[in-house]
Amino acid sequence: MKKYIIKRVFISLITILVLVSVVFALVRLMPGDPFASEKLTPEIRANLEQYYGFDKPLIVQYFTYLKNLVTGDLGYSMFYPNLRVNDIIASAFPYSFDLGMRALAMAISFGLVLGIVAALNRGKVLDFTCVLIAIIGTSMPDFIIGAILQFFFGIKWGLLPVAQYKGISYTILPSIALGFYTLALVSRVMRANMIETIQQDYIKTAKSKGISKLRVVLKHQIRNAIMPVITILGPIVAALLTGTFVIESIFAIPGMGRHYVQSIQNLDYTIILGMTVFYGSFLVVANMIVDLLYGIIDPRIRVSGE
Amino acid sequence: MDQSKFKVVGKNTEKMESISRPSLTYWKDAWRRMKGNRVAFFSLILIILYIILALVGPYMNEFDYTSTNVDKMNYFVTSPQFKDMTLIESLKEMLSTGHWFGTDEIGRDLWTRVWMGARVSLSIGFIATIINTIVGSIVGGISGYYGGRVDAIIMRVVDVLYGIPYMIVAILIMVVLGAGVTSLIIALVLVGWIGSARFVRGEVLKIKEQEFVEAAKVLGIKDKTIIAKHIIPNIMGLIITNLTMAVPRAIFAEAFLSYIGLGIAPPGCSWGVLAKAGVKLMRIHPYQLFIPAFFISTTMLALNLIGDGMRDALDPKLRNE
Amino acid sequence: MNDKKLIEIDNLEFSFNTYGGEVQAVRGVSFEVNQGEIVGIVGESGCGKSVTAQCLMKLNPEPPGFFKKGSIKYKGEEIISKTERQMRKIRGLEIGFVFQDPMTSLNPTMKIGKQIEEIFIERKMYSRGKMKEKALEILKTVGISDSETRYNQYPHELSGGMKQRVMIAIALVAEPSVVIADEPTTSLDVTIEAQILDLLRKLKEDLGKSVILITHDLGVIAKLCDRVLVMYGGKIVERGTVDEIFYETRHPYTSGLLSSIAGLDKKREDELSPILGTPPDLFSPPIGCPFAARCEHAMEICLEELPEEYEVSPEHKTMCWLENEQAPNIKLKAKSYEESDLI
Repeated sequence: MKKYIIKRVFISLITILVLVSVVFALVRLMPGDPFASEKLTPEIRANLEQYYGFDKPLIVQYFTYLKNLVTGDLGYSMFYPNLRVNDIIASAFPYSFDLGMRALAMAISFGLVLGIVAALNRGKVLDFTCVLIAIIGTSMPDFIIGAILQFFFGIKWGLLPVAQYKGISYTILPSIALGFYTLALVSRVMRANMIETIQQDYIKTAKSKGISKLRVVLKHQIRNAIMPVITILGPIVAALLTGTFVIESIFAIPGMGRHYVQSIQNLDYTIILGMTVFYGSFLVVANMIVDLLYGIIDPRIRVSGE
Repeated sequence: MDQSKFKVVGKNTEKMESISRPSLTYWKDAWRRMKGNRVAFFSLILIILYIILALVGPYMNEFDYTSTNVDKMNYFVTSPQFKDMTLIESLKEMLSTGHWFGTDEIGRDLWTRVWMGARVSLSIGFIATIINTIVGSIVGGISGYYGGRVDAIIMRVVDVLYGIPYMIVAILIMVVLGAGVTSLIIALVLVGWIGSARFVRGEVLKIKEQEFVEAAKVLGIKDKTIIAKHIIPNIMGLIITNLTMAVPRAIFAEAFLSYIGLGIAPPGCSWGVLAKAGVKLMRIHPYQLFIPAFFISTTMLALNLIGDGMRDALDPKLRNE
Repeated sequence: MNDKKLIEIDNLEFSFNTYGGEVQAVRGVSFEVNQGEIVGIVGESGCGKSVTAQCLMKLNPEPPGFFKKGSIKYKGEEIISKTERQMRKIRGLEIGFVFQDPMTSLNPTMKIGKQIEEIFIERKMYSRGKMKEKALEILKTVGISDSETRYNQYPHELSGGMKQRVMIAIALVAEPSVVIADEPTTSLDVTIEAQILDLLRKLKEDLGKSVILITHDLGVIAKLCDRVLVMYGGKIVERGTVDEIFYETRHPYTSGLLSSIAGLDKKREDELSPILGTPPDLFSPPIGCPFAARCEHAMEICLEELPEEYEVSPEHKTMCWLENEQAPNIKLKAKSYEESDLI
């Protein structure tokens, strides 16, 4: 078991390192002049370049960045020179995190229920409806779902607010838009797993003991069907994360996604770099946690310590 | 009873081994199941229809996709000039002008733009996916088949690269390369081949474990032949299925990247670009969003259903259903 | 042997609806099981023995399976018409089932102890402590010595032989009157097989239980059973005591089976004598005797009409036209077996 943990952590650290390096290289390759928006005299420009370290060779910049990274210093924004990247992230992150968590909770709980209900009613109308919802969810881009939700619930019927994030009712539409894809995915996988467990031999054994159908479904089917769902949690977290870029833009939520998109348009190098590193590391860590979780829950791995 | 019936006739060598069910090869059985899957079949027809329209659609009315028309801006059945007419009447009127989908905010014909956009979105979707499937299959195939050190090294690299969030890298690549079809394809291939590689490697490993491969090796058949005659036919179906399901992801990526301004830039035209323009005007002219959204969604949906159908058709476990 | 009839099956017909049509798995099977006896059902794969056994506890999936005809009575009560709720009173408590493949028949995410206690949990029959006591006790009975450790382990931590013993423990723990064992030793090696068979014999001798043993292995039948039913093509083609079946067989299929065994006394140069051909396709079963196509003594009437069951002795019956007075007098080539051959 320990071996498993150490291996996972190690790979994750390497991944983060590679990520940072790749992003660093890409950001430096970006065309355009970060200082173009300001009217600068040559001296001020030289000062700024020195301040941001652009005058030094690339390798030195790279290692300086890494060093700063380890101490948690992401530098200053280039578009808003007074603001520290860390502060910008700190103010925006809670919005994105809240949105993401709500979406995740909603998606997983409803997704599991949908998948289980569909599998237990296989071939009947309920199954067909659930599968239809699942298929639509995985086929429609989230920004389209978001726009449609806004149009009907916000504009046409005036039921829910469509912009900003000032209270619980504001969170409903964006969470649904963000989480719909995940809901669809979870329900599909859960349904497929449940159907597979029905054909397993141990279900017949359970039946031969004379226990109730409820118990068979709960303790034998769901328990075995749910485990593979954890393996897709990694990609799900990734999808939620990238989903915030657009959902926040459509719903005018002051989260990280919106800042990220804007900083790309502003060519604000340090923010792009900082946020990308943050996002990326977050994802890597999330994937690592999911891997570890799977190791804990699956008794086959837990006990033999693969 | 008739005594003659008790004459011994012995074994019947023909009927001894009779099987009354018609024997089906793997592919025949798969095709039978695919044909029976009406949903997948209709989806296939839909996609073919879209491809045909992408090719000939822009020529079907007299407008092209860039010329503007100040007189007819935001023209649709919901436009104010049709306020007093019924839906049918306004529809007839709009269709008679040749603007079958109406126009956008500077008067460009939407029908033509939708199908020009289809060309871009569909070709990016298919080309990017095919390239990264080929690259991924080669890498994954080599890694899976030869195993050992080669496999270990490749997998370490793939594992690390796989952990990097692909959308983020795609975004950055697009910023570096600038907007455009080629850049988009390059970006999608660079981040997408990893998924294919992992998948193909997994499938090759599964096939390799099976005893018929071992049997072939024991009989002294060369590696090249084993790969060509045993491994490839068995995973070909799965690779094609995976490819079909990956195209929607590429189409989505294009739509997404164009939406945040990075994919295709105006005056270029893709479904993502149209969606972006549509969202801007959603409050007053929702049709400009819903029309491209409809096509994006139905394309992705149809491809997913075809992929689902293919997967079910090729699954040996479901052979007797 | 007690004459108390526990199970009475009369003309049972069971089929499955598949894409290709109806598969007639069980085509008119009748037999009884008395208290304290071991009945063996022997036959090739696909002859219907597993389906028949699972019918006794309504374990076959319905759909696609369905009861076409006939009746199954347990202790006088009709089973086929019982609802799922009513069946739950019988499953596990009155009749226990040991499944064929121990590797896949246990829930991989549940501890062994729990899987045994499950029979009692919903029925609220015992306190938690008492349930654990019973589970540990039954583990010891089936020959698992370190029962306390195993109780807390997961299936993947046990060997194949141990898993099979756990399956038997599950079938026994509620002390049912009948135990149905479907190929209990097929996936085990010989030494473990001997222990499992001993265990089953003890069930009858020490505890007075009835056992229905399903197998394709004639050696197992010889070692354990009182009576034998030979199945082919969804029907019982011959039945009798174990001695009658082995020493005085009166059905070409049975004698074919007996002859095809590779005995230790055969010389290396001797050829094996299998029964040529394959079992009939149950999609469209033959009209006459199911074995006719492969039978060297087949007569015209065998191809046209299903034979009646002829009585050779009170316990020994065979479904073969050769027993008809109009048929030629053919002595079946059943080799005379000494006991040592098969043990």
